[in-house]
Amino acid sequence: MSILVIAEHNNEEIQSATANTVTAAKQLAEKAGCEISLLVAGHNCSAVAESASAIPGVSQVLLADCPALDKQLPENFAPYLAELVKSKSITYVMAPSTTHGKNVLPRAAALLDVAQISDITEIVDAETFVRPIYAGNALQTLKSSDSVKTMTVRTAAFDPAELTGGGCSVETLDAAADAGISRFISEEVVQSDRPELSTARIIVSGGRGMQSGDNFSMLEKVADKLGAAVGASRAAVDAGYVPNDMQVGQTGKIVAPDLYIAVGISGAIQHLAGMKDSKVIVAINKDEDAPIFNVADFGLVADLFDAVPELEAELG
Amino acid sequence: MKILVGIKRVVDANIKVRIKADNSAVDVEKLKMVVNPFCEIAIEEALRLKESGAATEVIAVSVGPDSCQEQLRTALALGADRVIHVATDEITQPLAVAKLFNAVVEKEKPGLVLFGKQSIDGDNNQTGQMLAALSGMPQGTFASELAFEGDEIIVTREVDSGLQKVALKLPAVVTADLRLNEPRYVSLPNLMKAKRKPIESMSVADLGIDITPRLSTVTVLNPPERSAGERVSSVAELVEKLKAEGAL
Ligand SMILES: Cc1cc2nc3c(=O)[nH]c(=O)nc-3n(C[C@H](O)[C@H](O)[C@H](O)COP(=O)(O)OP(=O)(O)OC[C@H]3O[C@@H](n4cnc5c(N)ncnc54)[C@H](O)[C@@H]3O)c2cc1C
Repeated sequence: MSILVIAEHNNEEIQSATANTVTAAKQLAEKAGCEISLLVAGHNCSAVAESASAIPGVSQVLLADCPALDKQLPENFAPYLAELVKSKSITYVMAPSTTHGKNVLPRAAALLDVAQISDITEIVDAETFVRPIYAGNALQTLKSSDSVKTMTVRTAAFDPAELTGGGCSVETLDAAADAGISRFISEEVVQSDRPELSTARIIVSGGRGMQSGDNFSMLEKVADKLGAAVGASRAAVDAGYVPNDMQVGQTGKIVAPDLYIAVGISGAIQHLAGMKDSKVIVAINKDEDAPIFNVADFGLVADLFDAVPELEAELG
Repeated sequence: MKILVGIKRVVDANIKVRIKADNSAVDVEKLKMVVNPFCEIAIEEALRLKESGAATEVIAVSVGPDSCQEQLRTALALGADRVIHVATDEITQPLAVAKLFNAVVEKEKPGLVLFGKQSIDGDNNQTGQMLAALSGMPQGTFASELAFEGDEIIVTREVDSGLQKVALKLPAVVTADLRLNEPRYVSLPNLMKAKRKPIESMSVADLGIDITPRLSTVTVLNPPERSAGERVSSVAELVEKLKAEGAL
């Protein structure tokens, strides 16, 4: 038995979601009594493999470095992964529940003719896992009868593992073939000096109540004083106030920071699904009956156009 | 070009579901059932492609018990040319649904398959990717924009870091994200007319697919409840409380 973790990286450095997935893998390794390998698949990514070899708890890093895996296009990556699972007799494959993981892993699972368990939040035993369904309104415990168990890991449910201090070998794998049915064209990566939503200790989020993209600068000022990330509701993204990568919720990013400040957000089920595991929730809303107050530790009924500048001033 | 669209019957997104007393499942009895919102976006896109002349026929397909014919009628009322019901009363997990769709794809040979990126009940986000694997088609998941160029479809994808564009050789599978379009509403007269339109039906046995679930449900439980905290009367009080709490 062995666990394969798919590393999330951009060919240059390991991304934080990997650290949370390694924690889940370590918990599973303990319950299943097996070792953890980590797959770094990409192009010109040997530096990533090198740094991954220092992750404590990982017994081996597998490096697949070739042009066909450059952007981890699923048409090339999934068959490669399925073959690797077979040739190395891997019994568990874990990927973070990021857009990368969600894109590739189901394709590999289907090629292996096994189910995928999406978005696990708890590992009960070697074949039993917990995952939220219905926007987190129910927790389903599932038992898998597949010989290979593939799963994506909800990163907000597992603390990040240490990424340095260990030392293991790096095995270089054969190159993958290009299936010739898909091409990467371009990407627009949103640049920001603020922390990422998935790792931020504090998040300030805005909703439709913000009224415009320009008004989000009020939240950014607060965020900068707190070293916080800025998030948004679907309504704010749909209205074009802010880009899609800022959407928190059932169908956006799932976060669980120490402090979540929801401004001008009503608290729809789908939004709550993405943030209700935050340690402390603050809601600022002018509607005293807004459902967001039902989950808020501290609620302030106020006009955000008064309250947010005041908050910024108060933070000094 | 034919477009095949997946349609799933789910509980209305505005309903907060309850769990059965025996903790075996979510209780969906007597709840308002609708077309999964992401499938609505998928069918809307298919209809727009037909209206623009890029597609010739829109076929909606749903897997499930007879009750899902209601959602297929909605698809007809929206403008689907044909609908296919793959009938089963068994619980179908994403891999099984993907296999059933693959069998339909082999019969219908669509140029494009459109799915929603996830259904709002199981939140699995797998079926489109799995169908793509089984059929050997490329996949454009989390799509927010589509364009055709020669024998390729250019898909703009909503990814964690922003937007990504990929080119896929047709036929392809695309899964819709929220920003792909804003679905139209069904009109009552069209819904009435759709009642008289035929629904093609086939059974799982007709398609010869083994749909035995690979995952069994042990329990379905309520998540820990979060209760309302306190109201503060000013920003100053808020900051003070947050500091006392150690949150700032
Ligand atoms: C399939 C599906 C998936 C979805 N996925 C997501 C998701 O991932 N994430 C998500 O967030 N939503 C999602 N939604 C949408 C969700 O249902 C809500 O529509 C959305 O969260 C509402 O956003 P909002 O709270 O910003 O807007 P609204 O519900 O319009 O709320 C705006 C709030 O701002 C307050 N307000 C207005 N002006 C002021 C002011 N001056 N001062 C203070 N307060 C003010 C109002 O009182 C109101 O409470 C999804 C919906 C569906 C159907």
